[in-house]
Amino acid sequence: MILTALTFLPLAAGVLVALLGRDRQAFGRNIAFAASLLALALAAAVWAMFDHGTGGLQFVENHPWVPALGMEYNLGVDGLSVLMILLSALIVPFALLASWKIEKDPKLFFSLTLFLESGLFGVFTAQNFLHWFLFWELSLIPAFFLIRIWGGPRRTSAAAQFFIYTMVGSIAMLAAFLAMYALADASQRTFDFARLAELARGAHGHASHPALATVIFFGVFLGLAVKVPLVPFHTWQPAAYAEAPTGTTMILTAAMSKMGVYGFLRVLWPIFPEQIQQWRGPLLVLAAATIVLPAAAAFAQKDLKRMVAYSSINHLGYCLLGIFAAARLAGGAPGWANEQAAALNGVIVQMFNHGLTAAALFYFVGLIEQRGGGRGLDDFGGLRRPAPVFCGLMGIALFASLGLPGLNGFPGEFLIFKGALHLAAETAVISTLGLLLTAIFLLTILQRVFSGPLPAKWSGWPDLTLGERCIVAPVMALIFALGLFPQLLTGVANPAVMQMLRFF
Amino acid sequence: MLAWTIYISFIAAAVLMLMPGDNPRPARWTALLAALAGLACAVLGMIECKQQAGFGALADVANAPWIAELGIRYHLAADGISLVLVLLTGLAAVAGVLFSWNIETRTREFFALYLALIGGVYGVFLSVDLFLLFVFYEIAIIPKYFLIAIWGSTRREYGAMKLALYSFVGSAMVLVGLIAAYVVAGAKTFDLAELAKFPFPAAFQNWAFIVVFVGFAILAGLWPFHTWAPTGHVAAPTAASMLLAGVVMKLGAYGALRVAMTLFPIGLHTWQNTIAVLAVVGIVYGALVALVQQDFKFVIGYSSVSHMGFVLLGLMTLTQIGLTGAVLQMFSHGIIAGLLFAVVGRMVYDRTHTRDLAKLQPMNLNHVLPFAAVTFVVGCAASMGLPGFSGFVAELQVLAGAWQTLPAAAVLAAVGIIAGIAYTLRVLLKAFYAEDGVVAAPHPHCPPISLPERAGALLLLSATLVIGLWPQLLMQFITPSLNSPLMQPLWKAGAP
Amino acid sequence: MEGGRALNNYLECLNALAPEVIIVVTALAALLIDLTVARGKPLEQRTKLAGLVSCLGCAVAILRLAMIPAQTDASMLSVNPFTQWLKIPLLLLTIFAVVLSWRARFTPHAGEYFALLLLASAGVMLLVSSDNLLLIFIALELLSISLYALAAFDKQSPASSEAALKYLLFGGVSAAFTLFGISLIYGVAGRLDLGMIAARLRSQPIEPAFYAGLVMTLMGFGFKLAAAPFHLWAPDVYEGAPAPVASFIASVSKVASFFVLARILLAGFVDEHGTISTAHYAPGWGPVVAAIAAISMVVGNVAAIVQTNVKRLLAYSAIAHTGYALLALLAGPSHALPPLLFYVITYAFTVVGAFAVVSVVEASGKRGSLADFAGLSRRAPVMSFCMLVFMLSLAGIPPLSGFFGKFYVFTAVVNAPAKLSLLWLVVLGVAASAVSLYYYLQVLKQIYAAAPEPSAPWPRPDASAQTAIVLLALIVIVLGCFPDLLLGKISQLLASQPF
Repeated sequence: MILTALTFLPLAAGVLVALLGRDRQAFGRNIAFAASLLALALAAAVWAMFDHGTGGLQFVENHPWVPALGMEYNLGVDGLSVLMILLSALIVPFALLASWKIEKDPKLFFSLTLFLESGLFGVFTAQNFLHWFLFWELSLIPAFFLIRIWGGPRRTSAAAQFFIYTMVGSIAMLAAFLAMYALADASQRTFDFARLAELARGAHGHASHPALATVIFFGVFLGLAVKVPLVPFHTWQPAAYAEAPTGTTMILTAAMSKMGVYGFLRVLWPIFPEQIQQWRGPLLVLAAATIVLPAAAAFAQKDLKRMVAYSSINHLGYCLLGIFAAARLAGGAPGWANEQAAALNGVIVQMFNHGLTAAALFYFVGLIEQRGGGRGLDDFGGLRRPAPVFCGLMGIALFASLGLPGLNGFPGEFLIFKGALHLAAETAVISTLGLLLTAIFLLTILQRVFSGPLPAKWSGWPDLTLGERCIVAPVMALIFALGLFPQLLTGVANPAVMQMLRFF
Repeated sequence: MLAWTIYISFIAAAVLMLMPGDNPRPARWTALLAALAGLACAVLGMIECKQQAGFGALADVANAPWIAELGIRYHLAADGISLVLVLLTGLAAVAGVLFSWNIETRTREFFALYLALIGGVYGVFLSVDLFLLFVFYEIAIIPKYFLIAIWGSTRREYGAMKLALYSFVGSAMVLVGLIAAYVVAGAKTFDLAELAKFPFPAAFQNWAFIVVFVGFAILAGLWPFHTWAPTGHVAAPTAASMLLAGVVMKLGAYGALRVAMTLFPIGLHTWQNTIAVLAVVGIVYGALVALVQQDFKFVIGYSSVSHMGFVLLGLMTLTQIGLTGAVLQMFSHGIIAGLLFAVVGRMVYDRTHTRDLAKLQPMNLNHVLPFAAVTFVVGCAASMGLPGFSGFVAELQVLAGAWQTLPAAAVLAAVGIIAGIAYTLRVLLKAFYAEDGVVAAPHPHCPPISLPERAGALLLLSATLVIGLWPQLLMQFITPSLNSPLMQPLWKAGAP
Repeated sequence: MEGGRALNNYLECLNALAPEVIIVVTALAALLIDLTVARGKPLEQRTKLAGLVSCLGCAVAILRLAMIPAQTDASMLSVNPFTQWLKIPLLLLTIFAVVLSWRARFTPHAGEYFALLLLASAGVMLLVSSDNLLLIFIALELLSISLYALAAFDKQSPASSEAALKYLLFGGVSAAFTLFGISLIYGVAGRLDLGMIAARLRSQPIEPAFYAGLVMTLMGFGFKLAAAPFHLWAPDVYEGAPAPVASFIASVSKVASFFVLARILLAGFVDEHGTISTAHYAPGWGPVVAAIAAISMVVGNVAAIVQTNVKRLLAYSAIAHTGYALLALLAGPSHALPPLLFYVITYAFTVVGAFAVVSVVEASGKRGSLADFAGLSRRAPVMSFCMLVFMLSLAGIPPLSGFFGKFYVFTAVVNAPAKLSLLWLVVLGVAASAVSLYYYLQVLKQIYAAAPEPSAPWPRPDASAQTAIVLLALIVIVLGCFPDLLLGKISQLLASQPF
């Protein structure tokens, strides 16, 4: 029941806030924030009660929904899900605080954000495709309106692009799942992830039609790849991230992009092991491209937010590198199982940590924009003198992002590369280029914005206020804590990873 | 109980015809009460049928000799499929009255014709004697003409005439097929269940099927016979567009399923692929044309063609799941299209007096008419087939069915869905959200959304949401009906 | 004479023909009263008086027909329950025509007018009872000559005279054709009694001259029934003649003509049907009738589309309906009559109703063009609704009688003689009827959707016309909803009386 409560709490609160009168904006905002904190508490409770020792699903709730259609209300979490729930629950209050000062209809903004949160929880807990898809799409609508209504000057096209791209992917994925459903024998038809995986392992259902299974695989792949996004399906992302209001961008990058990676692990990995194997080469190329090309593209950007957006693509590329690298039959060298486990653990750790750091980075970029009225890379300089705390904290976030050991960005990337260097050496080597480029352009930001001559007009640049410091303090704490004690994450993730490796 | 849906509608229509005076108020209330009573009868009838054990088969509602000379009987009966559509009719009827609350000219006549149309529609869904079915089918045509020709807007006389002639040509084709079937069977009966038992020769089925099917499918908006739909929808007054898209198009699909497919399974098998192709073309074509329309209502009009394509595709899958999806899609599209037309015609057009998207966009109507905007957003989400709404469950099953028998069609239909998302999004943004940086143009004073409008919108919204989240509610009626003896020939012929 | 027997005496003859006699006497009475009692009274009173007398006469004749069965097996007359029954609707229709003339302003000669109307209807009754080609011809001429005169009765209108002249000329030619055809048939068969002609033809090889006679007779009837391509007189006559006369021509005269044509073809030439299936063609009247029917349906419906005058529109629609009714003849000897009679009788009531509405509109000084009906529903809602019923019935919309009529005809034709062989004709008929909806809706569009001319004078039906119109509409609706009322009677009579 706790998962159901978690899923529907933000939804209910969102509806409540939306129904409040127009003159009760502040009250609505408070309610929304309180609800997000409550959700965080529930998520923490799930994490606390979660049995770290086992890899299977816990807190399972399973009720028939539409039996004729194989639709079930099937909830459950494993380590991966728990971390994603926790991440989402952490980011939403952070994002709400970042959006506290929104002027245009804040009540609606907050309620949409809560809908979005509900969608996230639903996706990260659902174990039946239709149930999962319901929330997958549910998260899209509020995100769309958040961009469309509160976004920057080019929000119209950004929102439409975001929506259409994602929907095309979703439809492809839906069609693929329907095909799987239709291909199975009447008695075996199901939308349940675990049972689909069993069908795949037993070479039943879709797995017995190799040619069609490839088509289906790419249908699902497309849906997930757009969401992550993976090069070359990423073109919607910089615009959407750049135009979205800060709070929304934080959720988009921290949690929604994880929906895609989560899908790779939860859906693609167990249900299409054959196909991943078969197409591993091209997929690795895509992963490498996702790491290197956006990093290079970030150089060309003059807009801080777009730079961070590109860096976000790049960081998710590592996750995919880890996944595709690990997707290699264990029959080879004896040590591979360990490397695979390392890579997948790295992926999960990276997902969580990138969520935190990217959200923090966007928060800081938002603050810069709010103070400076713009976010051009070359518009600033020397800000460390008037705003040392600002500079220091954002610097920490930047360093965490580029993977400085001791900060949270490091363990994930380290584990991924540790695994990948063994499992897919060439790709991993090429991908290190991405590491290098990321480091360079993140440092460029640091240098251009915070050092150098201080333009006269910025001499009165206000440092972080107390409130802002309080907002970032928990995140900063986590950045250090998770950098120093990555086992906080791997401890939860590892059983789930072991479970996943059974498919290979 | 169910038969009263028909009688109440016709009696109320007659009462309205004879009512003295031109005061709109009693006319409105009479119509609303009649529509509500019809809905209540439909719901009670459904419950009644559910309590009877074998409600999958046709359960008699009324059965009496009528024209002995030709063996024609007044035979009404319902199975799950008809019940679902009767329920849809009841919902659409109530919502239509609510959205016509502002009709001031010749109110009495408007509602009289409206209820006559509703009565005819109920009749079609409940008839099993094919002669009777045909009678009701034609009864429904004429009120449509007048509703559009008298109370319509853009090019109303053209739209009305086109609609009437298309419908009539379609029904003429049906008539030829029915008479031929009657004669060939030689059993001196028009009873569907009796005729379905007769093994019609294959050669006969091959032509009779396509004649009857297309005759019905014209009304369902089968491409390329769909052209009446957009013009008719645009010309019609709000309630009439709602009914046209909501239930009248379903008459066609229902007839195609109940009559053409049930009577001529061999013919069905012969033409299955051809019609599936037409259905898919309709899906994609309707969506693409909707993408470039400048008239708000044309977008919804073409979207109806596209969505009805799913119904026809679902029928052509000849799988249980596909047919379930088709019937569910009939229901779903009836509700959603009704909702969208209500927003376009009643909430927006009646207030702004324009449907030109280029003129609507600068008005930034989401500020002016927030309720309309929210309704339309949810309606669009439902129309796109987002999960949680009825359209999703329906189209999902159609696609799943198509994967089993016509995989290529499934892929193309998925493309159609994507185009559908694109035009829905486009029209949503253009109609309600101003372009970036455009200062909202001064707009005519818009009266706020009235109570009847809110009630109607909520009725339809909750219907699509409830069915979206709990499709079992309707599927428990549909599924057993598909397994009834009447439908058995379909599966046999359809088995590869 | 062989086969039958001559009438025993004049008393028996009088008994058998009593209804006809009543009508003729009424006609003379109307004439006489107008000349004596009503002399010098205002026209309105004279018209009413003569009309009342005519109605009474018809009513008495109806009572006589309904109450006292008459039967004779004389060879020239067929007076049997069936023909006697058929005269009842014919007289009813005559009454309606009389009621419509009630307030006629077009002629000062009230007595003559009603007398002619009654004589025409006496001709019609005689026609129904004729069993002999020569008697048929005489009855036909009695009917026609009365109608020629009636058509010309509106002396103020040149159109009326023109119509009458056209009617006369075409009618004369058609009579000549019929007579020539009859003489050829007589030459071949040596008999004039239909039953004996049939027997003769069965026993001897058919000569080509017979076919010439057959075709000529059919052409004669084609003129009479206004079937295409012999229809040219119809639009002018319908438009020019006074509306009640036009309605009489379109209804009473048509029903009787169809009945007698059916007798000739089905009783006299039953074996000369021929076939029209494409597989094996055989000469006979079947192909001719099929061709005439097909042409009529197409020409009538297509030409009606472009009409702007409602009476002309009704004329073309009448041509089309002749085509549908002719179809019924092809349904085979045992199946043709019920659909044919149902069709033409209901059609007759419908068309009289339509003409009644037109005449009310014309009475307000309009010409009966489509535009004159604009906004009628706002001024005369009841009458408009009745017009809706008539038009939709003509278009074949259920649940009105016109629909069931068509449906029954189509079913019968598809059913017989060889199943589905005539399907193409039915397809054509159904398609043509789909086209017809267009122009009927044009009329209704004017009545219901168009805005009324604010200044124009407005037709107000008087009570009698209103009642007649409502009654007719009711008949059309009731017979549509419960066709068994009429069909049951027809089949019951047919069962007791071999046709």
